[in-house]
Amino acid sequence: MIQGISIYEILTLTSAIFFIGVYGFLTRKNLITMLLSIELILNASAINFVVINKYLFPDNLQGVFFSVFIVAVAAAETALAVAIVINLYKQIASVEVKDTEIMKY
Amino acid sequence: MDFSYTILIPLIPLAVFLLLGINYNRIKPAVSGWIGSLGLLVTLVLSYYTAYQYFFVVGKIGDVYQSFATQWRWMNFTDTLYIDMGVLIDQISVMMLVVVSTISFMVHLYSRGYMKGDPGYTKFFAFLSLFTFSMMGLVLAVNLFQIYIFWELVGVSSFLLIGYYYTKPSAIAAAKKAFIVTRFADLGFLIGILIIGYYGGSYDFAVLTDLEGSVITNWASTSFMGLSVITWGLLLIFMGGAGKSAMFPLHIWLPDAMEGPTPVSALIHAATMVVAGVYLVARLFPLYYFVEDGYALNVVAWVGAFSALFAAIIALTQNDIKRVLAFSTMSQIGYMMLALGVSGYSGHDGLGYMSSMFHLFTHAMFKGLLFLGAGSIIHAIHSNNLQDMGGLRKYMPITHITFLIAALSIAGFPGFAGFFSKDEILVAAFEHNKLIYIIGVLVAGLTAFYMFRLYFGIFWGKDTKYEHKPHESPVSMTFPLVFLAFMSVVAGYIHFSEYVTADHMSFEAHLNYPLAAIAVGVGLLGILTAFVFYKKPGNLPEKVSKGFGSLYHWAYDKFYFDELYLFITKEIIFKRISAPFAWFDRKVVDGTMNLIGNSTVAGSEKIKKIQSGRVQDYAFAFIAGVVVLAMIFIYKWII
Repeated sequence: MIQGISIYEILTLTSAIFFIGVYGFLTRKNLITMLLSIELILNASAINFVVINKYLFPDNLQGVFFSVFIVAVAAAETALAVAIVINLYKQIASVEVKDTEIMKY
Repeated sequence: MDFSYTILIPLIPLAVFLLLGINYNRIKPAVSGWIGSLGLLVTLVLSYYTAYQYFFVVGKIGDVYQSFATQWRWMNFTDTLYIDMGVLIDQISVMMLVVVSTISFMVHLYSRGYMKGDPGYTKFFAFLSLFTFSMMGLVLAVNLFQIYIFWELVGVSSFLLIGYYYTKPSAIAAAKKAFIVTRFADLGFLIGILIIGYYGGSYDFAVLTDLEGSVITNWASTSFMGLSVITWGLLLIFMGGAGKSAMFPLHIWLPDAMEGPTPVSALIHAATMVVAGVYLVARLFPLYYFVEDGYALNVVAWVGAFSALFAAIIALTQNDIKRVLAFSTMSQIGYMMLALGVSGYSGHDGLGYMSSMFHLFTHAMFKGLLFLGAGSIIHAIHSNNLQDMGGLRKYMPITHITFLIAALSIAGFPGFAGFFSKDEILVAAFEHNKLIYIIGVLVAGLTAFYMFRLYFGIFWGKDTKYEHKPHESPVSMTFPLVFLAFMSVVAGYIHFSEYVTADHMSFEAHLNYPLAAIAVGVGLLGILTAFVFYKKPGNLPEKVSKGFGSLYHWAYDKFYFDELYLFITKEIIFKRISAPFAWFDRKVVDGTMNLIGNSTVAGSEKIKKIQSGRVQDYAFAFIAGVVVLAMIFIYKWII
């Protein structure tokens, strides 16, 4: 329980972060910034885990643990994605998402 | 006596065919000729042994010749519906074994000389063996289905051999024509078989021709358009026989079939395959005779008589020597049909049946000889045309003498084989129907005339100057000629009425001297006319043919039957019936299928843009889907 802050305000914050991430993912033209947007989405969900754990089941810690896992997985995923982006840059000398359309139909 | 070994008679040629056909490129021509001839020699020995056993040792029990059938269940549909394969040994099948194996063996020997140096030598012998196999199977068939199967097989062999010179367009056309015309006739045959099988209850010859059997005693039970259904079946079966035997109006393929190599013409289109129709009618003779008082048999008689006369008239005018012989064959087969048609059943009444088989036998010998002789001439001067010949007697003595014997035999000169068989036919016709008898005598005169027109035109007449001096053919070709010439004389002295009869019992047949004298007189008249016309070169024949005017031209153009058929097929069937069907097929059937295909392609073309390759488009679709699903869930379960 955080004094003076209700669960609604925190959830509103995480929802805002989540949709900002979604919006960024859909609109950014640069692969790196798209990656940053994905991080926002992941962080929003990690915060949700912690908060809901805290407010609904204060005696348990599963949600907190889960958020730690999410951070670890996000790190691995980011490493992978950056590797892909670097390789893509070697191939086409660009990290613009519009240049990656060669695999269509 | 067990005759099951006779199954080898067709199987040996089949084995030879497979051996030569599969190893077509590997066997040297000389070897393949020997393999083919040796295979046939074994068949010949087996056939003669069978004939000896049947006619002289075990065939006759009391006074009656027995039938020996060995059969194996082939296709078993139900307890009552099944088809057997097997061998049937009786009088006519044994007689046909002798005819087919003799002529086939002679043709094999002859072909070794005639086809020498031909690039398709091995193939030729393979096809000859295939034909012999099919013909033997046809002869030995135990039921209508087996005979039909082999009937088609001889048709195929005939097709292959007519089209043997497959680089010649005319040969290809002739092969197709023969196949299509006989196939058309066989359609009738098949329907006839089904009718007889359905209403008669069996396909077996033994059951069908049983005099106490249900078919012969109960033919009147079902009728259709005023005739018994059995009569309809028999007429349709006769249609198949008429197609194979080149009877009017299904004769148009036979003259064109002369495009094949001459030994083939001798074997298939003179001696064996074309008499299959006669054999078929003889096989079912009790049915033809007893059902509806011989209505179908009457049709056989008239078709035969008309074909005999019709073909003889055309033969008078033709210049291609093989075509003259082809029309002569048609005419003589008409004779056989006529004889069957006027025959009775028992005892001396069965004279027509016996004389038909007798004539089949002698005709095979002398017509085979005539064709082989013609082949020998063509081999020497490389032309079929009578106008290119003349005075050949000096160059080809053996061919000359053997051809003369055959011509005398077919003209019915006393003492030769044709005289005896033709006399019996005329006696039978005289006793049955005077008009048919008169046609028969007329045809006998015409036959004598056109045969001796050929003979004098080839061997006497003008002294043609040849570019290459013609020479006698090699021994491999003259030996069959001499043998068949021998047969063309002695075959007449066989007492056929002792061996081959309608009721399986021997009877005594005597020469009827007044009738024989008339026939011989007419024949001699024909020979004499030919002598006057063609012995010395002159313009007498032209004057006479001018005298006949348009009739001569009609006959020369075969009464325009080819053109009539072409008109019917091209103008009526193709244009009026086939063309609308073709339009329907192309536009409606194909159109529907094309529409389905094309609209699928067009649709895919339109919607393929969805696969844009942009990650964000996919992500948007995914998120939009999630949002929509979320809204549905919220709407249904939460609100």
